[in-house]
Amino acid sequence: MKKENKILIVLSVILVGVFIISFGLGKYPINVKELFGILASKIIPLEQFWTDSQQIALFNVRMPRILLGVLVGAALPTAGVCYQGIFRNPMVSPDLLGASSGAAFGAVLAILRGAGFLGISMSAFFFALFTVWLVCVVGKHAKGSSVLGLVLSGIMVSSLFTSATSFLKLVADPDQELPAITYWLMGSLAGAKKSDVVFVITPILVGMIPLFLLRWKMNLLTLGDDEAKTMGVDVTKIRGIVIACATLITAASISVSGMIGWVGLVIPHFARMLIGCDYRKLLPASVIMGAAFMLIVDNIARLAATSEIPIGILTSFVGAPFFLYLIIREGEQ
Amino acid sequence: MGFEVSDLNAFYGKHQVLSQISFSMEKGKLMCVLGPNGVGKSTLFQCILGLNRQHDGKIYIDGIDIEKLNVRQRAEKIAYIPQSHQPVFSYKVKDIVLMSTESTMDHLKGPGKKQNEMAQRAMERVGISHLAMRSYTQISGGERQLVMIARALAQQAKVLIMDEPTSNLDYGNQIRIMSQIKQLSKEGYTILQSCHQPEQAFLYADEILVLWQGKVLIHGTPKEVLTQEIIQKIYGVDVEIKSLNNDRIRVCVPTNLCEMWSKEEKK
Repeated sequence: MKKENKILIVLSVILVGVFIISFGLGKYPINVKELFGILASKIIPLEQFWTDSQQIALFNVRMPRILLGVLVGAALPTAGVCYQGIFRNPMVSPDLLGASSGAAFGAVLAILRGAGFLGISMSAFFFALFTVWLVCVVGKHAKGSSVLGLVLSGIMVSSLFTSATSFLKLVADPDQELPAITYWLMGSLAGAKKSDVVFVITPILVGMIPLFLLRWKMNLLTLGDDEAKTMGVDVTKIRGIVIACATLITAASISVSGMIGWVGLVIPHFARMLIGCDYRKLLPASVIMGAAFMLIVDNIARLAATSEIPIGILTSFVGAPFFLYLIIREGEQ
Repeated sequence: MGFEVSDLNAFYGKHQVLSQISFSMEKGKLMCVLGPNGVGKSTLFQCILGLNRQHDGKIYIDGIDIEKLNVRQRAEKIAYIPQSHQPVFSYKVKDIVLMSTESTMDHLKGPGKKQNEMAQRAMERVGISHLAMRSYTQISGGERQLVMIARALAQQAKVLIMDEPTSNLDYGNQIRIMSQIKQLSKEGYTILQSCHQPEQAFLYADEILVLWQGKVLIHGTPKEVLTQEIIQKIYGVDVEIKSLNNDRIRVCVPTNLCEMWSKEEKK
């Protein structure tokens, strides 16, 4: 078997392990036997040897949160690795075209209008899509290099929405709304409900599938437009599809998790160090590593302190030192 | 049949870069395009490769108007060999070569057995099979250029466009790349390349096309084209043309440099 496939299998095993362990972790103790009992009872009839509250904690609190962690953890690096490829730049993150600043603006607007959890998510989702759409329309009319035009309009539109968000924070009620806004902006999977999972699973899957089908072509796009075209790739079309899909999954995941930076930028780097640049393997590796990483960090967020630590803070806290270690080690080789 | 460009005009913004370029070449010929920097050699290639949209005129390959082809069909006809360069991500050599088999794949699939074999054959053909698993960023400039040639061969197109394939290479690699290219043309590939060295063009091209001020100055065999007057006109330097080995090779000797030396010696 090829080395890359072996790595993918090992990564999958790790993810499954982390996934199962995450169910057992939490403030409300559930041991391994009870855990498997509760899960198995959904499929086969089993005499109950656990408490009802354990079952409720597992299905209504832990399960949505873990599933959401997997979805968001898989989505952000996928979008990141695709953006990095089509913009030919390993320093690009999924918010390059303004998705997160748009989402932030949408969420803050909804919080100020007193919307509920779902309302905030919907508003964030649609504002993220709207922002990227706006960036693409502006970028299309830019003179000169289309990619540069796109990136520059991304930066500009982002800063426009960021300052709009700052303004909304200024006018927000400092006792009620401002803490909610700040907490949302820091990013968290706390309070995840089944409805959140249902809300994001469709856009994330709809975005992921085309990206997986096009992952070989992304290799060609990294060589630059001219070379890709001479080898028979319709660059404009493929890039359009990739941007649309990557934006969809970014918007969906930010809308439920808030701003979890860093994962979309750095997980692709880890994956690339481990498995190489070929998108046929790189994309699945990013998905699996992202999901596992998000679960691990979320477990820390849940357990490390008496109150929840926003995961957006922790991702960089855990990841950045590890990343620094890796680039130093890589430099020595 | 073969390759034909007729009445091509190309623009960059409002500036006309090429005007009324017409020439044709037979199948299996090797043509060098000469001309000073900025004369439009690259623009000509971009028009042929479908990368420049601002042009009119017709380009035919085997009698087929390539404007009517889509990107994929064009890739089946023409392959491009860029100057060896550093890509952003470090792919393995075999993956780089494999990429050009794109036009033979189903749209949503990656490369399969057939494509892998095509890539393998192309690497064997230029003698780089031993580099297959190496990283493209970690091989030498000459090897990279060979990878680019292998990639073009794996594309299965019979017309090859090369942008100064031997620039940035040391003398040994230049000669090795040139003999590869010459061999390919003997095997029936139609090759169009830009070139900065008139002597190199003389040594191995079947035909030379000289571009000057956006037009075709002269198109002919190396013996017809490579004269003192033409070199002086396009490059603005006086040369003496020396013939060696029964006129198999011609060498350009820049006269003003020679004069400087002789003045120094007189002192």
